[in-house]
Amino acid sequence: MVFICVLSLPTAFAQESHIAGLTGNAKRGKALYQRYCIFCHGPDGDGQGVSALYIDPKPRDFTKGVFKCRSTPSGTLPLDGDLYETISRGIHASGMPSWKPLLRQERVDLVAYIKTFSPRFQEEKPGVPVTIPSEPPSSRESVKRGAEVFQNMNCGLCHGKEGRGNGPSAASLTDSKGNRITPFDLTSGTRLKCGNSDLGIFRDLETGLDGTPMASFSEALKPDQIWDLVHYIAALRSTKGQIAAEMIHDTN
Amino acid sequence: MKSEMLLLIFATALGLLWVGSLPPTLNAAEDGSGSVTGQVKFQGTAPKATRIDMSADPNCLKAHPTPATTEDVVVGADGSLENVIVYVAEGMPNQTFQPSAQLVVLEQKGCQYQPHVLALEANEKLDVVNADKTTHNIHPMPENNREWNKTQPPGVPIEESFAREEIAIPVKCNIHPWMHGYIAVFKHPFFAVTDKDGRFQIKNLPPGNYTIKAWQEKLGTQIQKTSIQTGQIANVDFTFKQ
Repeated sequence: MVFICVLSLPTAFAQESHIAGLTGNAKRGKALYQRYCIFCHGPDGDGQGVSALYIDPKPRDFTKGVFKCRSTPSGTLPLDGDLYETISRGIHASGMPSWKPLLRQERVDLVAYIKTFSPRFQEEKPGVPVTIPSEPPSSRESVKRGAEVFQNMNCGLCHGKEGRGNGPSAASLTDSKGNRITPFDLTSGTRLKCGNSDLGIFRDLETGLDGTPMASFSEALKPDQIWDLVHYIAALRSTKGQIAAEMIHDTN
Repeated sequence: MKSEMLLLIFATALGLLWVGSLPPTLNAAEDGSGSVTGQVKFQGTAPKATRIDMSADPNCLKAHPTPATTEDVVVGADGSLENVIVYVAEGMPNQTFQPSAQLVVLEQKGCQYQPHVLALEANEKLDVVNADKTTHNIHPMPENNREWNKTQPPGVPIEESFAREEIAIPVKCNIHPWMHGYIAVFKHPFFAVTDKDGRFQIKNLPPGNYTIKAWQEKLGTQIQKTSIQTGQIANVDFTFKQ
């Protein structure tokens, strides 16, 4: 019994990652982590690195197994590829830079090591990636429908009626660690944290950004409604919401 | 013949010993007929409930002709404390319990959680209902269970469950920041939440010595011990202070 228990204990180097034909190794990942990641994410991967005090938003606590940018449903673990993409892309408007200067293999190794911080990666499989049907073309009607979805889903209470991030509930928002978090100003035109393509925004609406107030709409909206919302958001992001306003208020 | 008989008796005895050593899987109803009952009270001046400002969402405002008040410490006229989770912490027989098939419902009504404090078993189905005319998001923030966050428009059902014991998981709606609730998850069925009169009853307990705990979201946890004979109704009261 004891022998079996010892074998099943998560060891720091039991993890692997598999991304696009490359296999990551946690032991190599650890060496890289200690060189590049430890100052923010901490030696124990709990986000308590020495720099964490001075950073907002705070560095991810890997021990929880909760991640913002995933292709998997809310409450489930990300795919290896999701973690790889976050490391490669970085997270805009945060202290997490793009790590593209590291080799692909190095980033894949880092994913393997990061997975060792949470026992969840030993106990659970990642979620099944959400289905993203093909995008219908955008149109004035689609944007108008999207604006209606935005209203019915109460997006405005956090993101503001015009999407400027200044809704009545915005000031009260905290992430799951209790730190203040601000809803995105959708008219700002800047890069979204988990990706900027229409596909990326669709995916984020389906999965939600776990660990934050941004919920999943997988049970709330049908795919065509989500595409309408994506088109409305795209209209908001261009020319600081002017195009969106024109499309909605145009009585033609 | 004699040696074969002996062998048979020996094998049967071994078999019986092995079966007897397995933890039995029983429904709570088959166990015992003892119960713990009591009342939880608050001693001293009850903290005043403050008004909740729901003006951020006119749909929520409309549901309350008189403004709703905070629910973190709800004290009745006679000092009774509502929404206290009372549960058996120690003394349970070594069994696995099948989660009850009863539907457990958490309702978002008038932009507040009904019940404010809910207790259920691990892996028991929770039915989350949006009975309001406005969209909520349902966001439990556990330490020992998966964290998820789902938007829920009016009338759309959401079903979830929690795999691990946790006392208790805070639940919130980010869209309506005043909404707070708690969900406690147990590995066994021996728990209750006090009603408006501060009363509770935990049934189907076999005879034994038990540690009973009472948890209140702001006032902490209290502990008492009791023992139950077969069919006995033991009385355990708790008093919380500020």
